[in-house]
Amino acid sequence: MKLLTHNMLTSKCMKGVSIGYPLAIKALDIRTVEVDFNPEFVAKMIPKIDWTVLHGAAESIGQTDLPKEVVDNYENNEEFLKKVHHVLLEVDVIDGELICPETGRKFPINNGIPNMLLNEDEV
Amino acid sequence: MIEEKSHLPNRSNMSKSWTKYLLWFAQEHVDFRFAEINSLMSLFNIEMRFVRKPKDEPYWIVEFPSEVEVKLLASRSVSLRNCIELWAHAPNVQKLHEELKLYPKSLMQPYIQADKSFKIEVDTFCKHFSQKEKVDKLEAFSYLPVDGPVDLKTPDVTFQYIEYYGIIPHCPPEQPYEVFFGRWVASGLRQLIKKLSLKTRKFIGNTSMDPQLSLLMANQAKVTDGSLVLDPFVGSGSLLVAATQFGGYVWGTDIDYLMLHGRTRPSRIHQKTRDRDESVRANMKQYNMEHRYMDVLVNDFATPFWREDFRFDAVITDPPYGIREATERVGTKKEGYEVKAEHLPTHIPAKIEYGISNIYKDLLRFSARHLRVGGRLVCWFPVFREDYTENVLPHHPCLELVSNSEQTLSKVTSRRLLTFEKTREPTEDELDEYPVDIMDFREKYFVIREETRKERRMKEAKIREDDRLRNLNKQS
Repeated sequence: MKLLTHNMLTSKCMKGVSIGYPLAIKALDIRTVEVDFNPEFVAKMIPKIDWTVLHGAAESIGQTDLPKEVVDNYENNEEFLKKVHHVLLEVDVIDGELICPETGRKFPINNGIPNMLLNEDEV
Repeated sequence: MIEEKSHLPNRSNMSKSWTKYLLWFAQEHVDFRFAEINSLMSLFNIEMRFVRKPKDEPYWIVEFPSEVEVKLLASRSVSLRNCIELWAHAPNVQKLHEELKLYPKSLMQPYIQADKSFKIEVDTFCKHFSQKEKVDKLEAFSYLPVDGPVDLKTPDVTFQYIEYYGIIPHCPPEQPYEVFFGRWVASGLRQLIKKLSLKTRKFIGNTSMDPQLSLLMANQAKVTDGSLVLDPFVGSGSLLVAATQFGGYVWGTDIDYLMLHGRTRPSRIHQKTRDRDESVRANMKQYNMEHRYMDVLVNDFATPFWREDFRFDAVITDPPYGIREATERVGTKKEGYEVKAEHLPTHIPAKIEYGISNIYKDLLRFSARHLRVGGRLVCWFPVFREDYTENVLPHHPCLELVSNSEQTLSKVTSRRLLTFEKTREPTEDELDEYPVDIMDFREKYFVIREETRKERRMKEAKIREDDRLRNLNKQS
């Protein structure tokens, strides 16, 4: 699971959960895979991202290179975009858990695939 | 404002003369041609005019403001075979030559110079000719004032001569219905269909979509570089494979844990077990598209978990119809049921029927929320042909149906490829409940099958009985 995906996930659909965001990450295995850098795509994603959540999630799994805030004029700042690219698209949580901030419900991640399936008594 | 406008190149005003082109299509999925070309014209903001209203022939005669548009169209179309700048066309060979002789030399000039190598290709659609006959046809063009050398392998210019003998195989007419001559400009993406063939793909499922239809869907969704694409019933990811080819960044979700982890029974007849590394990601890697693979997640579509303000550019999907793939969601019919704590670590959630009408209702509601305005939902919808009218299709006040093409599956059933475009953000009411009345395809499907099975059994019994009587007669 990539941190870009994590930024878009909530546990709001669970019974009794009101916001369910952000989910905490417990990472047991992290893999870094280098992929092609597309600056336009990264720049396009930045306004869609909850930056505080991304920053927090990155720190929680040991990615400390990301600035606390989005820099001005980021579209033309290649160094900044490369850092964002790395955190969003190259860091992959292979094994671990996502944890609902309100109920503590754990969603396992195996082989990089989060299992967001609820049990029949939770829907 | 007016000042600004004059700086913008307006293609239709800039070029006074439009040029005539022949668009030659693959004679396959004919109903999908219009939908694909329309989507691409809208994606690239291209204008095109019909010179003649197309019927069921594999070609269109059209006009474009310039060659740029033709090349753009061909760079993305999977239904197009070839685009040809049309120099002459006529109802018979003799007239074609007469017309070609009248084609202005000034327009030929750039392509017939001494430094331009060339070749002429002869195509006869729906009728076979020997090499010798083809050479004879070719030699009839010896009057063309071409000065360059012939180069059969890598010519600078390719001319194409086409004789069209209709679309009914095995009994072509003596003379062609129509003949064409022109300069080849661009080819469509027929090669890509082969490259993405399911036969050579790492990870496939029982209902993987064939590459041609997958690519058509990505085109109809107007996927382009940087598009965010979701398939909420992703399976083995064939639709996402196509979307990445056009620059889409892709997510997929599916309720089937074993499928996403590549642990279901293999779909290839000679394969005993699946490879350890079969997955949607492995498919992306196979086609060098791993950088556009975002994630797949195990999830029940009835309980979505995306952040409410997250917007996709396209949702492309083939939901289960309950025939070859089950329609299921998490749930139980037992009231007040709770999973016991000691069972939690290994508990597999119970599933209940997720009827087709609910699937489509959820799919349209989800798209109304999670698509950007202008974004598209492209999905298949199964119908009984006798029951079909536009009224049986799913609908939503914020989604406009922009195309609807049919693929026949059997005498009685077909599936329709629907393309919706989001026109505005929905109000809260429109996200809650809106009435949809969709017939349950699955229920009727099995009722009809039941009947035909009974009929078939009776027919077979009758044949057996007749045989028995005949044998008895012979013996006596």
